[in-house]
Amino acid sequence: MPIRNKLPRFRAPRGGKSRTRVPLSISLRRTLEKVRRFRFTRKVVDNIIGVTGELLMTAGVFVLLFLGWHVWYNDIVSGIAQNNAGAALAQKWNDVPITVPEFDRTEGNSSGVAQTPEPPITKSGANAERFATMLVPRFGPTFERAIATGIDPKTVLNIRDAGIGHYPQSNNLGEIGNFAVAGHRTTYGAPFGNIAELQVGDRIYIETDAGWYVYRFRNLEYVWPNNTRVLRPVPEMSIKAKDRILTMTSCHPKLSAAERIIAYSVLETFVPRELGAPSEVAAIKAAG
Amino acid sequence: MYAALWRILPGSRWVKIAILSVLAIAVLSVAVEWVFPWAAATFIQPETVVEP
Repeated sequence: MPIRNKLPRFRAPRGGKSRTRVPLSISLRRTLEKVRRFRFTRKVVDNIIGVTGELLMTAGVFVLLFLGWHVWYNDIVSGIAQNNAGAALAQKWNDVPITVPEFDRTEGNSSGVAQTPEPPITKSGANAERFATMLVPRFGPTFERAIATGIDPKTVLNIRDAGIGHYPQSNNLGEIGNFAVAGHRTTYGAPFGNIAELQVGDRIYIETDAGWYVYRFRNLEYVWPNNTRVLRPVPEMSIKAKDRILTMTSCHPKLSAAERIIAYSVLETFVPRELGAPSEVAAIKAAG
Repeated sequence: MYAALWRILPGSRWVKIAILSVLAIAVLSVAVEWVFPWAAATFIQPETVVEP
């Protein structure tokens, strides 16, 4: 016997409008009667299983979409944005009149590649403040990323305006000792995605408003994540520093946090801005 | 669930497909713009730093 025959009936008054409101008491009684008569019939169970399955499949699709976004889409979009942000930052330095003191160009510097005895020291500022850019020809013809103070993921490493962070406990740029920076190997623009492709002698340029610190890549090292000895003025050692080292840290293997890959470079020279960009830098600027 | 959604959408088959496409683009945009960045920041910590 169909349920509806046992439900309380309500007949709209004759001649009234066709859509008459059902009184609340009757509506309530109907609902209660439906609830009372509810049974887990085969059809109801099928529906619950069907909807659950659809929800799970939808969730699965979204997890896959998220992974695609994280590993590819956001990586590529962040990478382009970081290159543009780095180029814009460096352009700003190029536009302002030069305020650094004249460098001594008399002694053996007539070639145009300045070998200043003491490169200026660029102090890193407040957290997340961008104070330099890094250009690495080996990382591609447009690679130009900003370096900001601090290694906080949310304000420095993951954002589209920077990507590379300076360890505040390490030395300042230009100081004798170790200028250490961190960057993602994968995802979030992956500034150091090709860190393992560096070859001995590759130049790494760090640009500030004063000019270009020219480093040459020396070697790679693989360490455990808690090995902070790589940040010492002489990495892994407890001796007095004599050189100016650049240390880059990233994760290893790719997409994992199990180990760290470390790249060491040594300062070769400093090129003041008034001498103009080194040719490799000029090529990157032209391409970007 | 999706069968019910298909039933309650008005119009012919092509109108329904058009409405669903717009809905899908809207859902994807919200996901890419807000949900995925939040999920990445909350659930994934790819550490690239050396820390004690």
